[in-house]
Amino acid sequence: MAGGVSSSSIMETLFQRTLEDLIKGLRLQLIGESAFVSKAIEEIRREVKSTDPHTKSTALQKLSYLASLHFHDMSWAAFHVVEVMSSSRFSHKRIGYHAASLSFHDDTPVLLLITNQLRKDLASTNEFEVSLALECLSRISTPDLARDLTPEIFTLLSTTKIFVRKKAISVVLRVFAKYPDAVRLCFKRLVENLDSSDPQILAAVVGVFCELASQDPGSYLPLAPEFYRILVDSKNNWVLIKVLKIFAKLAPFEPRLAKRVVEPICDHMRRTGAKSLMFECIRTVISSFSEYESAVKLAVVKIRELLVDDDPNLKYLGLQALSVIAPKHLWAVLENKEVVIKWLSDEDPNIKLESLRLVMAMVSESNVVEISRVLVNYSLKSDPGFCNEILGSILCTCSRNVYEIIVDFDWYVSLLGEMSRIPHCQKGDEIENQLIDLGMRVKDVRPELLRVARGLLIDPALLGNPFLHRILAAAAWVSGEYVEFSRNPFELMEALLQPRTSLLPPSVRAVYIHSAFKVLIFCLHSYILQSESITSSFPDNLVLGVSELVLKKNMLEGSELTTCEAPSAHRSEGFNPRNQSYEDLSIKNGGDRTINHGQTSTPAFSENIFTYDSIINLINQVELALGPLTGSHDAEVFERTRHILCFIELIKGEITECLVQKGKTLESEEMKASKIIKLISDAFSEELGPVSVSAQQRVPIPEGLLLKENLDDLETICADFQVPESNLFSLGSPYYGEEVGVSSFGLQDKEESEPSNEATSLLTEHRKLHGLYYLASEKNEIVGNDYPPANEPKLQVNPNNDTEDLVKLTVQSLATNKKPNHAKTRPVVVKLDEGDLVTVTAKRPETKDDLVSGAVREVLLGSDTRTATSQSNPSDKSSSKRKGKEKINVDRSELKENLGDSEKPKHENPSSRKNKHRISGKERRHKSAGKIGEEREENGQKGMQKSSHRHARHKAPHRSDAPLNVVSQTPVIPDFLL
Amino acid sequence: MGIRFILMVNKQGQTRLAQYYEYLTLEERRALEGEIVRKCLARTEQQCSFVEHRNYKIVYRRYASLFFLVGVDNDENELAILEFIHLLVETMDRHFGNVCELDIMFHLEKAHFMLEEMVMNGCIVETSKSNILTPIQLMEKA
Repeated sequence: MAGGVSSSSIMETLFQRTLEDLIKGLRLQLIGESAFVSKAIEEIRREVKSTDPHTKSTALQKLSYLASLHFHDMSWAAFHVVEVMSSSRFSHKRIGYHAASLSFHDDTPVLLLITNQLRKDLASTNEFEVSLALECLSRISTPDLARDLTPEIFTLLSTTKIFVRKKAISVVLRVFAKYPDAVRLCFKRLVENLDSSDPQILAAVVGVFCELASQDPGSYLPLAPEFYRILVDSKNNWVLIKVLKIFAKLAPFEPRLAKRVVEPICDHMRRTGAKSLMFECIRTVISSFSEYESAVKLAVVKIRELLVDDDPNLKYLGLQALSVIAPKHLWAVLENKEVVIKWLSDEDPNIKLESLRLVMAMVSESNVVEISRVLVNYSLKSDPGFCNEILGSILCTCSRNVYEIIVDFDWYVSLLGEMSRIPHCQKGDEIENQLIDLGMRVKDVRPELLRVARGLLIDPALLGNPFLHRILAAAAWVSGEYVEFSRNPFELMEALLQPRTSLLPPSVRAVYIHSAFKVLIFCLHSYILQSESITSSFPDNLVLGVSELVLKKNMLEGSELTTCEAPSAHRSEGFNPRNQSYEDLSIKNGGDRTINHGQTSTPAFSENIFTYDSIINLINQVELALGPLTGSHDAEVFERTRHILCFIELIKGEITECLVQKGKTLESEEMKASKIIKLISDAFSEELGPVSVSAQQRVPIPEGLLLKENLDDLETICADFQVPESNLFSLGSPYYGEEVGVSSFGLQDKEESEPSNEATSLLTEHRKLHGLYYLASEKNEIVGNDYPPANEPKLQVNPNNDTEDLVKLTVQSLATNKKPNHAKTRPVVVKLDEGDLVTVTAKRPETKDDLVSGAVREVLLGSDTRTATSQSNPSDKSSSKRKGKEKINVDRSELKENLGDSEKPKHENPSSRKNKHRISGKERRHKSAGKIGEEREENGQKGMQKSSHRHARHKAPHRSDAPLNVVSQTPVIPDFLL
Repeated sequence: MGIRFILMVNKQGQTRLAQYYEYLTLEERRALEGEIVRKCLARTEQQCSFVEHRNYKIVYRRYASLFFLVGVDNDENELAILEFIHLLVETMDRHFGNVCELDIMFHLEKAHFMLEEMVMNGCIVETSKSNILTPIQLMEKA
């Protein structure tokens, strides 16, 4: 029996494929690799169960290979990994450990089984085994493992074997992250290693501190002298880079640090031959020591060297450095603007992007017009991706802080219109938002906005570009909302109802229809007012009518409603029905839309256009265009169409009547229709304004309303109500046919008056067959591809000159820092108190980090806490003195921080904020003094209390670290700084 | 964390070595490698070696048929990482003698060992070639 087993394992070993065989096999499989792999996996599954350790480990090795490079799951083999890990042969163990660090994670169940194995290996005399265990721990350590193995790590931190110690130091990082209480035990030994003369140890420990300091820099301030020594003494560039990173993070917490550190950093910057170190010095200076004029100047000189280098890497980093420095020292960017703009046409998209960011950083109130102009022209000849980057950054920059830098809104709105027509433009959503936002916020821009919207709407070619649909929706909305500024509402209606709107998605189409409704109301209302004013024999009435209208329409100063002027001009003429062709007009206007750029002015109808015929035409046109849509499948479109058609039904009869009687029975009891029209018109003329972001939060939750956190049970409820089939809705209107019949106008197409309650499928089929009939019968029939190619880019500027152009213009507008001399004053932009300000609350993960840093603070200031809490230790005078200094010191930094806070809320020290929350009610009494310093002290005390609390909890580790009094040797920062 | 992962990918986009310093599932890794390979391999020699990806950076360098891609945190020094890649290649070169893609394929474990000596927990801990190679040579003898 036993012999049988061993012989089979020999057979297995003999015929087992090695990893090399597997790799060779894989290389031969050009196709059908997956079949080969699954066969291999099958073998592995069998082999890994073998009792022979060699077979087992080889199987695991192959599996690791497939998992690592061919994404095969190996979680099923977790237990075998543990088996191989515990093998006594190093070569097997190695495979096991590698597999573990590759595949284990926090939720792997067998993790519980390896604690003892790791402990054993960590204590091994074979340093390679120790190294394996440490390596593995650095990858898979869980809170449990970290807790259980902390004593072993602690021992290794001071081992004489450098090879092991440096790895133990690196592992500490992971252990701290998983088990913050380990800090109390290990931190002092970690700090001791900072003094090590061994370069390997130093490199490892500085690396660890660099990572630790990035989470909570403040806690590591007391170690600044150590870091300073390394900064000055070390010759190792890797270590220097890490130390620089540490100082960059410490600097904001201790202003006096900078004075000492800046000089050595500049020395390094001047002297070093290594670009990486030089760049780190630059980065440190510009990010953390930007108040030091001389250092910044030196850094900018060095950045310049990077910028003009041929190496694209250096170029890129130079640009990046400039964009870091731009907010504080814009002059640095301006000095290098030629280079920056030159790289705008670099072949590397990343470099172009950085350069674009810098160009946008240079934008100000005085040059935004010129820079945008050139950039837009630039985007016309860029690839689609970069083109949209350009457009995006223009949109973003111009809209920043509620259009802060825009003075001439008419210009900006027409720029938006122009951007929409750029062939690659995909910024529809953003442009849509801004068009609507501008309309609501800036009253003065509405006439121009309407002009731009009209330009977009009447261009049938734009309808074919799906990226523009959102913009068109905005344009349609604008045309409905601000129709009173229109010279010719009929033409707008024409545009809103043009046949090619069938290319629009239903949501946009619904906006079109609703806007058409608004335009219709506007026309009817104007017409009624006009006829009233004509019929009234008293001039007073006219005036009354005019003022009433003006009020209703919320007109601005100056821009009088011309509809009211018109009737007075034509009063004598009476009604003069004219057969005006609006299509012609629209095309003509479309042609010259770019010409009448500047002159927005008050819309003035040169003649009375609200005639009887024109109104009737309008109504018919609407009916004709919207009729087919009553069969729409989209609820929104259907609903809105119905609204408008029903409304027409409602008023049609009376309108005709009234017109017929015109001039005869004028005294007129007010008609029902005109009342309705007036009411709706009133409703529409209610001005829409921007809404604060936080508006909804301010609505109090009604009492007794209980909101469920979890809506899972919704599904079960909803299951009962099957969502109705869409064709239930889409049957058109059963009554529609009748209504048409009622109407005295025989203009409807036959198809429309047909009863439409057939099955939808039949209907659509029918429509497909007779599709043409459903298009309006007039000129609009021209559908298809014979429109002019969409968005023909108009390149007035010679593309090659763009770069020079931009340089020239930035020279002009930036170098001569003259105040912009605008003819127009900036119009009022409606802002909401807080809603518009984007609240920047940089939330950092605080939970664990805070625990670590709390422990670190405690360890670093540990001796002080003891003297402070228990006065029974009179011998420690020096330390209490130090404590005093320390306090002042910290106070100042806190003060400084708070000064910074008032400018930049972002920079608030998260830990101090958190500390403030921690102050208990009892301590809050003291706070009334209002001194930051005191508050700080309180925090300290609170921290101490908390820490002593913790000590009590973890007595064992505390006792074990008691004999080490490293802290008393830790130089404290004031001595170093004074 | 510093370094998040190190990848070696050949011109065809096949991964030859993958070392992650944070746990990712197979699917996440597959997606990540796919995205990165698409992004980086399409770039030309004249373009810079840094690519922003998700919320971190990729520093890469090409040696013959092999791309070395290192994912790092945003505040990591790009040039230092380039030097690190170069150091890695030099180290492998010293060990294998004129290293090529095949060496890494067939001695993946050794390549991993070198990396483990150089990088721990995402931090570069060792930058001396002889220090890196000594334990590997010792282990080979053992």
